[in-house]
Order: sequence, then C-alpha cells, then structure tokens
Amino acid sequence: MTPEVEVLSLSSHPLLFLAAMLVKIGVVFGVVLFIVAYATWVERKVIGHMQTRLGPMRTFWHGLLQPIADGMKLFFKEDIVPSQADKVSYILAPMMILVPSLITVAIIPFGADLQIGNYIIPLQVAELNIGVLYILAMAGLGVYGTVLAGWSSNSKYSLIGGVRASAQMVSYELSAGLAIVAVFMLSETLSTRGIVDAQSASVLHWYVFKQPLAFCLFVVCGLAEINRTPFDMPEAESELVSGFCTEYSSMKYALFFMAEYANMIVISAIAATLFLGGWSGPTPFGAVNLLGKVFAFMFFFIWLRATFPRVRYDQLMYLGWKIFLPLALANIVITGFVVVLVN
Amino acid sequence: MFKEFIQGLSITFKHLLPGHSTTVQYPDERLTPSPRFRGLHRLVPTQDREKCVACYLCPTVCPAKCITVESAENEKGEKYPQVYEIDLLRCIFCGYCVEACPVEALEMTAEYELANFHREDFKFNKKRLLK
Repeated sequence: MTPEVEVLSLSSHPLLFLAAMLVKIGVVFGVVLFIVAYATWVERKVIGHMQTRLGPMRTFWHGLLQPIADGMKLFFKEDIVPSQADKVSYILAPMMILVPSLITVAIIPFGADLQIGNYIIPLQVAELNIGVLYILAMAGLGVYGTVLAGWSSNSKYSLIGGVRASAQMVSYELSAGLAIVAVFMLSETLSTRGIVDAQSASVLHWYVFKQPLAFCLFVVCGLAEINRTPFDMPEAESELVSGFCTEYSSMKYALFFMAEYANMIVISAIAATLFLGGWSGPTPFGAVNLLGKVFAFMFFFIWLRATFPRVRYDQLMYLGWKIFLPLALANIVITGFVVVLVN
Repeated sequence: MFKEFIQGLSITFKHLLPGHSTTVQYPDERLTPSPRFRGLHRLVPTQDREKCVACYLCPTVCPAKCITVESAENEKGEKYPQVYEIDLLRCIFCGYCVEACPVEALEMTAEYELANFHREDFKFNKKRLLK
C-alpha cells in the first residue's frame, strides 16, 4: 500500500517540515536581498540613462559590482550615534523599518504546490488565512521605524521628517487599505493564496480588469506609503537633508537604504498578487511570473522617480484625503452593489 | 493632468533608449578642445632659441602678475629671456600675454590636465614652457 499524498505539516513530520520551511525562508530571503542589492544598481543605471547620463560604470563591467562596493564602503564607515540621541530607539529604528518589510514577503505565494515524494509543499513561506490583514498590519508597523528614527535622532530635520512620515503613511495606508477591501469583496477570502487562486483561471480574471480604480489607487498609495518619489516627503533631501535618516551613518544608514528597496519589492509583490494574478500569470513558471511582475512594477517606480518632482506637503495631504479616500470609498460602494446584483 | 503625466513619462523613457547618453567617459575618452582653447602656455622656438625677445609686455599686461621675465643679451647682441617663468597657480588663463606678444613668441596649447602634487611643480620655467 502506498502512503497517500499529504500536505507537509508540523504535526505529522516536524523535522521534514522544518527543513522545508528553512529552505523556503532561505530562498525567499536570499532572493529578496539579492533584488534589494541589485535594485540599487538598476535604479542608478535607469535614472542615469533617463537623465542622459550613464550611471555607475567604473566597478566592473557597466558597474555591475557597484552594490558590493557600496555595501563594503558603508560597512567600513564610522558608526556615529549622536550624543544627544535617544540611544535605544536610535539603534532600534533601522531594524524596525527593515524587519516589517522583509517579513511581509512571507505571505507572498510564489508558485503552485510542489510535490516531493508523497508530500505537498506549498510554495509560500507562511500560509495565513488573514494574509491581507497581515500585510496591512506590517505596513502599519513600518511607520514606527521612520517616526522613531526621526524622533530619536534629536535633530530638527529628522523630527520634521518623522512627523511627516507618520502623517503621510497613516493617511495613505487608509486609501491603500480601502482599495484592497474592494479586492477581497470579490475574492471573498483574505488569504493571499485564495486571492491568487481566484484569479488563476486566465489573464482576464485578474482583478486589475475588474478593479482598475482600486489597482491605480493601491499602486499610488503604496508608492506614498513606502515614501518613494514623488511622495518622498519624509526624506526630501533637498529640503530636509534626508529627513529621518539625516543622523544615521554606516550600516544603520544601509538598513534604511535596504528597507526602501525591500519596501519597493514588497509593494510590487503585493500589487502583483492582489491585482495581477500573482504567480499564476501568463507563463507556466510561477516564480518567473511573480518576479517578472515585481520587476515591472519596480521599473515603473524607478521610472516615476526619474520623471516627476516631489509633490508639496499640502498637495500630498489634499491628494490623500480629498481625492484618494473618497475614490476608494466610492469604489467599495460600487463594488458592493455590483457583487449583490450579480449574485 | 494625465496627458502631462504621460508626456513626462514618455520623455524620460525616450532618454532611456540607447544612444541618448551625453556622458564622456573621461580618462578613457577625451574631448578635443576647440582650436582657440586656452590651455597651458608654450614658448615658441625658432631654430636655435626661443622667439621671445624679453620685451616685458606679457608680465606688464598680465592681470594676475604670474609671469616673471629677466632679460639678458646673447653674444650676437640679441635680447633674450634669461628667466621666463609662469606660475600656473596664479595664472587665470586669460590669454592677454599671448595677445600682447609682438613677436608671437607665446601661444596657448590644448593641454588642460595640469593637476600636480607639489606647489613647485606649478612653476613653469623656460625649459618646460619650450616643450
């Protein structure tokens, strides 16, 4: 009698489960960090060419080793803690900003279930039935890092950066969250896996076609939430001299830098999962689909950065509260009507 | 509003396409300066000596006072500069010395890589200027 095919679980095969889990975590973490490193290179190259420059050219062929050179440089820089800074939160802040963005990746499914022997391994680090809620919670946690960094630095610019970050992230999280609500009104599940399954029938089932407004709102609000240009008010190097991370140096600064790109990956991956069918998309290879969509989003974000100037702070608030929030609410109401009528 | 967004995005995308970079990879490739570029000075030689007749017009006209000339007479009774020195740290490369010279003994070359390690290296004497 052959044993039945079963999903690998902690209760039935703890060791195998742990091993599979560690491998999945290692792969996902490695891929994310690799993309983070090379996103900096791609960003500098793309923005360089868009500004009719060349970007990094001197480190190896077309500057390909630039991320490693940057990392080494930052690693050997002096690690300065301002004497008037609040030491504990000053050291804690860079970790608090990077960790939520990295652990959000855990719930992004990146492929169909893998069958090895008699065991089924879902290609997702953590299957949460409240995945979307978890995304929103982690996005909310990310604010603390920025605010703490701004406050604990004990510097005017940093404090302004931190305060701006809190106001901006709170107001845009609302619209982004409401945009997602419309998605799970359609999918009737909060699990990212379930949402991908609901879109997997064909490209036409992607929620971007059913919820184009929610998709646009989510992308723009996501951009604002991760503080990318044109919404990089907390950083605003031309007015706030880097805002919340003014006082940071060495690896602490590198953590902020990494967090920015990790956040970009996360927002791209979430948008791809919720609206573009995640891994189930056009080609038969799950991971390739997801990575392709993530790269497309990241290119778009970089492209936006090269094109648009920063919005003014009052414009930012106006946009968030008076345009995006009503739009998101209207979208939910309309979606509700349509769902009721169709059923 | 959206039309402008798309216009802006298309401009940046156009620049991304190959062939739009204006960067010159300096140490590997160099621009050739225009013919009237005012770089390092050069004393023009004739067959056996420099053309310069040590008339003192160049140090007189020099607004930065960076040219030192000491005249002397050779065995044929011609005036020549015993000392001719330009302090490039003071020189502003205005080219007045070249304009002032009545015998066209001084010109400016396209040489612009003039960085050096020691202060003394910026004093260009007759021998170096004749090169």
